[in-house]
Amino acid sequence: MTEKLIFEHSRPGRSATAQRPHAVAAQSKIPSALRRQTRPLLPEVSELQAVRHFTRLSQLNFSIDTHFYPLGSCTMKYNPRACNQYAMLPELLGRHPLAPESLGQGFMTCLFELQEMLKEVTGMRGVSLTPMAGAQGEFAGVAMIRAYHHARGDVQRDEIIVPDAAHGTNPATATMCGCKVVEIPSLSNGDIDVEALKGAVGPKTAGIMLTNPSTLGVFERRIVEVAQIVHKAGGLLYYDGANLNAILGKVRPGDMGFDVIHMNLHKTFSTPHGGGGPGSGAVGVSERLLPFMPIPIVGKEGDKYRWLTEKDLPQSIGRLSAFMGNAGVLLRAYIYMRMLGRDGMHRVAEFASLNANYLSARLQKAGFEAAYPSRRASHEFIITVKRQARELGVNAMDFAKRLLDYGYHAPTTYFPLLVPECLLIEPTETEAKQDLDAFVEAMIAIQREAETDAEKVKTAPHTLPVRRLDDVRAAKQLDLVWKATG
Amino acid sequence: MPFIPHTPEDIQEMLSVIGAANIDALFDEIPADLRAKPLVGIPEAMSEMAIGQLMQQRAVQDGRVLNFIGAGAYEHHIPAAVWAIVTRGEFYSAYTPYQAEASQGTLQLLYQYQTMIASLTGMEVSNASLYDGASALGEACLMAVRAHRKSKSLRILIPNTVSPIYSKVAHACVGHQRLSLEAVPFSKESGTLSVAALDAYKGQDITAIVIQQPNFFGQLEDVDALTDWAHANGTMVIAVVNPLSLAILKPPGQWGQKGVDIVVGDGQPMGVPLSGGGPYFGFMTTRMEYVRQMPGRIIGRTVDLEGKQGFTLTLQAREQHIRRSKATSNICTNQGLLVTAATIHMSLLGAEGLEDVAATCCARLDEFIAAVAKVPGVQVKFAGPRFHEAVLTFNRPIPQVLDALAKQGIAGGYDLTPHYPELGNALLVCVTETRTTADIQKYVAALL
Repeated sequence: MTEKLIFEHSRPGRSATAQRPHAVAAQSKIPSALRRQTRPLLPEVSELQAVRHFTRLSQLNFSIDTHFYPLGSCTMKYNPRACNQYAMLPELLGRHPLAPESLGQGFMTCLFELQEMLKEVTGMRGVSLTPMAGAQGEFAGVAMIRAYHHARGDVQRDEIIVPDAAHGTNPATATMCGCKVVEIPSLSNGDIDVEALKGAVGPKTAGIMLTNPSTLGVFERRIVEVAQIVHKAGGLLYYDGANLNAILGKVRPGDMGFDVIHMNLHKTFSTPHGGGGPGSGAVGVSERLLPFMPIPIVGKEGDKYRWLTEKDLPQSIGRLSAFMGNAGVLLRAYIYMRMLGRDGMHRVAEFASLNANYLSARLQKAGFEAAYPSRRASHEFIITVKRQARELGVNAMDFAKRLLDYGYHAPTTYFPLLVPECLLIEPTETEAKQDLDAFVEAMIAIQREAETDAEKVKTAPHTLPVRRLDDVRAAKQLDLVWKATG
Repeated sequence: MPFIPHTPEDIQEMLSVIGAANIDALFDEIPADLRAKPLVGIPEAMSEMAIGQLMQQRAVQDGRVLNFIGAGAYEHHIPAAVWAIVTRGEFYSAYTPYQAEASQGTLQLLYQYQTMIASLTGMEVSNASLYDGASALGEACLMAVRAHRKSKSLRILIPNTVSPIYSKVAHACVGHQRLSLEAVPFSKESGTLSVAALDAYKGQDITAIVIQQPNFFGQLEDVDALTDWAHANGTMVIAVVNPLSLAILKPPGQWGQKGVDIVVGDGQPMGVPLSGGGPYFGFMTTRMEYVRQMPGRIIGRTVDLEGKQGFTLTLQAREQHIRRSKATSNICTNQGLLVTAATIHMSLLGAEGLEDVAATCCARLDEFIAAVAKVPGVQVKFAGPRFHEAVLTFNRPIPQVLDALAKQGIAGGYDLTPHYPELGNALLVCVTETRTTADIQKYVAALL
């Protein structure tokens, strides 16, 4: 199944007239030198043609609503419909971000309560909701760490320590914040090499960025010791909340000794991934970073809510978005947290871990090799197919592509970088046991195919809208916009 | 258990496969003294019905405000079909299209978006979006420094006719990378930037200048002259534009002799509701020669192994998951769902429909200005052509004006006095095609 480009449905002179305002006679006073002379390339289609085209496009996607989506490190859990519906009430959608506070108390109540709940669930002292994605939350976090050191006159601290298993955003963020990256290795059991950390810290250490449980799918057991080492050296600890789903309500980053964390509300708090955004990367901070939080923040005085701005936080790292971050996403996270409530929080971690450990156990029993078999899985785990790659010539990408034919979105492949031929699998708590069982059966079937008909696996997928794509051609013969001539 | 499908039998079977006594045993690697206590600060769970009632109550508390604010976010009619399709689960609950074969819908849509926004801005290439217009400006400043190999100064001019909101965000985004963002004064008579004001920088190494059209006051800049001045000075031009205005205004790719180098802006006016400030999306387009310096996702068209057309993420070697500390940006997600809305919106309206919307905005603004100019104590600050917005000055403090309007349920405009004390009691008011004659009369009446 394919769908033509919308430009190919277009015919001159056709339009969706009902969607346009009735033309006004008065032409404006814009001089011709400032006016557009030729029309942009936009399709000329009817409403039905547009609706049919985009509906068909949607049907070419895998999504949580249509497929099991065990994409490791991405927490593809069910996005409750209520969160969308109640965040899209007309009064909320119609609210201008700069409207008077007196006309937005209901909206601000939701955001204030969200701040409070996130503080509680992470054990942090303050929360700012403005970062628009995880990576921007990271940026805010490292910027606050820098601002903290600078405010103390400790200006030489410009090194950020990052474990080798970290997300690529961690080192990229450190660079954006003007820091140098110091990478430290992981041990073969998945824990950080604490000895290497001791050697890495010093008077130039600004901080360390950690994900816990790590991207290796295991809990960093020596976290308290790590915190002590970094703090003693004068550095601060940054918590990358990518894997917060694994520990929600079970252990809090603030209690582990972290000074700043970002949360991916689109992961842990179930706001939609939307085909790659919008995300939301709220940050939480310990006492010492409170003055540096990004603004605006919702403050409460008596029973009135108001925006905290530069006047309230003169040392703030500033504004990361024009207005209030991805406000509509925040409302969805708020609704989700209220529906789950206090006991729903730890249940998230419990059933996410149950599903991951069950799936890991079943796959291992079926002959697949876990990267860290001696460890408890967190909410995700790594299977390595390096043996299959060596003996059968079938690699992690081939397994991933063949899974698509079986109706499963592929796990994350080739990340973390230090485990060869890896599949990082995260089922999330919203999947039922029978769906996990069916996934195991698919993996077993693919393994059998790899042994008997490797070519079939290596050339998968066979049943999707397209076969494997020529990425080299895509990068070499750049075709980034459609041209009418061809 | 909300959203958790496990039956007691499931749990027992699963635990026995794992070999764990109970669920709590799965957390036995976490040191016991770190384990969280009950989260007393989180209220008890609410049913879907109860949270629905609560949200309704909060929404009604805020009411339906009659909006006359712009300043970077604009109220427009959004065709019903747009969000009906955007919220389909296949778009709403998909992720970044890493598995291209299973994401052709999102990928083709983004390719079509890139085509539309590149054409609208008159540029050769586009990325698949950034967070919002303000942070896109920050990214554009960083990109200009990478792209302009001859310039060593890291100096970027941000005239005071550029949104101060955007300027603040740009400062926060680039502040750690030794860039110098420098303000340039504007003409108090016209509310625009003059070439004469730039002559103070003539012959200096300036990496880039930012030109906003329409500018923050809604006034139209002499973009041709400003762009030519910059290029003659060896300075790159970053345009900040409202995409809707480009239905009738000259696209940045045609400003001056050579056109600008980078275009950014906020896509919100294209099918994205105001929604209290977000989520919106930032767009960025540029010349082909700078494509490898561009941050964010980029979609390319290619073929599959049978030679059939397909779409995929491309030029990923720029990005953080490959380049890590040497990436063009730390950006990871884009604002895919909002781009989906904008692409459907632009498809439904087409070039002619967008022209009608833009022209209606102009007519409504003219109508508003004619009416408000008659109110004693109110003056229209700047003459000259404008789009969407106008600056009014009052004979009394702006907070007093806005309070009086708010009491009538009117969001009356954006107070310019904190940023521009030199303009006196100045208010930035926005009128789009959604404001009726009756709305305008209500506003005027509330001022009397």
